[in-house]
Amino acid sequence: MNAVPVQHYLVVGALLFSIGLAVAVTKRNVIGILLGLELMLNAVNVNLVAFSRHDPELLQGQLFALFVMVVAAAEICISLAIVLRIYAHFRTVEPDALDELRG
Amino acid sequence: MEIAAFYAFATVAVASALFILFSRSLMHAAFALFFTLVAVSALYILSGSDFLGIAQIMIYVGGILILIIFGIMLTRPARAGNSVSSNRIEVGASNRFLGGLAAAGLLALLLLVVLSTRFVLSGEVREMHSTLRSLGMELMTRHLLPFEMAAVLLLVVLIGASYLALNRKSST
Repeated sequence: MNAVPVQHYLVVGALLFSIGLAVAVTKRNVIGILLGLELMLNAVNVNLVAFSRHDPELLQGQLFALFVMVVAAAEICISLAIVLRIYAHFRTVEPDALDELRG
Repeated sequence: MEIAAFYAFATVAVASALFILFSRSLMHAAFALFFTLVAVSALYILSGSDFLGIAQIMIYVGGILILIIFGIMLTRPARAGNSVSSNRIEVGASNRFLGGLAAAGLLALLLLVVLSTRFVLSGEVREMHSTLRSLGMELMTRHLLPFEMAAVLLLVVLIGASYLALNRKSST
């Protein structure tokens, strides 16, 4: 049985994280930034699962990945609620246009 | 066989992530995110964590992606003939250049670290079996406090999100 070495998983995670960072920085829409954040969280989870493959008794990497998923769900829920409020107020979701604090 | 499947799913994940990066339409980007999430879930299952792969499909594809698509559809940009936004000036893409540069630099740094490190945990892969029982035992014994905190966090998020997204126009 030729298992995939752990470095390959880490390289895939690094690629996904960098692409997620580029998406989060360059998108001109708040929801595009959220897509980039989801990509970065997935990349972190790939790394955690890849290391958890080597100690199946404790499974701490998989447990941590599970909590990361919970936090990601909470984060996307709150941020979409905020985005809807911003859209109701400014009628746009472009981050450069959101430049005043007073309502 | 396993290596071929790994490379196929990793290629799908990275390619659709690149599609998200370069696509103009946000809805197309959301559908590309679907392919990325499913491919990452396949990577989880390939590395022996079956429960996490199913949870990835259920939470991300079934919940988060649907929420994102709802968000995209509810926040359509205004029409082009709008008097407020008709005479806006599009500024050049220095942000795009700097962002790409930062991401490429981070990728180079990560690859340097990953390829030059000997990991303690990277020994032989243990015998694979279903992780469901041990995950449940761990959650209920040693990780009980984070488990309960996650429950409280989800409750707070539920209340907070429904309060934030409340339509205040009708009440005033």
